[in-house]
Amino acid sequence: MKQLIVSAATEGAETNPLMPNPWEMGVVLVGFAVLLFIVVKFIVPMFEKTFAERAEAIEGGIAKAEKAQAEASAALEEYKQQLTDARAEANRIREEARAEGAQILADLKAKAAAESARITEQAHAQIESERQAAVVALRSEVGTLATTLAGRIVGESLNDDERSARVVDRFLADLESQNAGAAK
Amino acid sequence: MIALALPAQDSGTFTPPGIEEMHLPAILPWGAHEGFSKQMLLVILSVVIIATFFLLAARKQQLVPGKLQFAGEMAYGFVRNSIAKDIIGGRDFMKYVPLLFSLFFFILVNNIYGAIPLIQLPSFSHVGGAYVLAGIVYFTWIAIGIKKNGIKYFKLATVPSGVPWYILPIVVPIEIISNFLVRPVTHSLRLFATMLAGHLIVMLAGSGIEFLVMQENVLLKGTSLLVLVGAIAMYMLEALIMALQAYVFTLLTAIYIEGALHADSH
Repeated sequence: MKQLIVSAATEGAETNPLMPNPWEMGVVLVGFAVLLFIVVKFIVPMFEKTFAERAEAIEGGIAKAEKAQAEASAALEEYKQQLTDARAEANRIREEARAEGAQILADLKAKAAAESARITEQAHAQIESERQAAVVALRSEVGTLATTLAGRIVGESLNDDERSARVVDRFLADLESQNAGAAK
Repeated sequence: MIALALPAQDSGTFTPPGIEEMHLPAILPWGAHEGFSKQMLLVILSVVIIATFFLLAARKQQLVPGKLQFAGEMAYGFVRNSIAKDIIGGRDFMKYVPLLFSLFFFILVNNIYGAIPLIQLPSFSHVGGAYVLAGIVYFTWIAIGIKKNGIKYFKLATVPSGVPWYILPIVVPIEIISNFLVRPVTHSLRLFATMLAGHLIVMLAGSGIEFLVMQENVLLKGTSLLVLVGAIAMYMLEALIMALQAYVFTLLTAIYIEGALHADSH
């Protein structure tokens, strides 16, 4: 039966081009199956692996470049920041120095003023004490001189020490009150 | 058959070669009309050629390809991207790349045989191979459709949505016939017929030239030159059609698969 069908098919192939030769069909089927197996098992995975690796290499390169770019930008930003900081620092130091200089100058001025004031004060005090000494010396001397002068003028009557001392004191008190009045 | 193969030997009348000339005597015959034929040898050879070429091309796998690898990648990328990815698209096209790739190069090499002197036999000028490949594709896309959509696939494939109910009795039989009956037939016969016709024309031109050269009349002998020019033009056209048919067959396969995958959106 099978023999009959096969022979009928090939018999038909002589006249009808649409009747297939089963042996040829078999060879094409097996050949195509073998090819498909090789393609599925080896060829497609090999090409896909290469494609994937290439895509990864390109994308990796791009990513690397982007990273480098980002790093460069960050470094630039940092340098700019540092420059700004340095400028601010320099300004601050200059300002501080100026302030310090002014402070020193002011201190020196104040010290000089204080010194001069002290010297003036000292001089005043000395002058005062000398004047005081002169006043004291003058007072005793003026008393003696005046007593002597008055004694000479009024004679022996003023030899009595007690009385003369009283007179002189009164006189000086008058004199002082007069001075005080004048001072006022 | 032997007598027909030598048409212009004795008589003054021209006997054109027929379909029978397509089937040469077997190399290793067994039985009356069977045996290991040239066509079978060429089919086996094509598998060896394709496998060897692409295995060599893909073997080194360098990121910067050499000439052979580049040629292999071009050829592979053509089927992968221009056919599989563009037609099927999406995430699932990779599954069908091996089938489309094998189909394209199997048909291409077997067709190109017809343009190579001495070989000059496109394997698919014998209808059996075309039936086998179209049959593989037919069962593949139906299987994909059923796997993707379940048994509902047959309804999706034959009942178009948005058609009024009273037209359905006309549309559904047409859809069934065109999708499930005519489609595999046209798919296989398109390849077979173009290869057969191309082979016949070249063969006809060849025997015609032979017949005209044999003529005693010098002027008649000279007309063989005209036939030669025509034969060369036809040869070029055939070479184009050989490549084109491999592309068309693969493209249609991709379209059928896509249709089965997205039956619900058609």
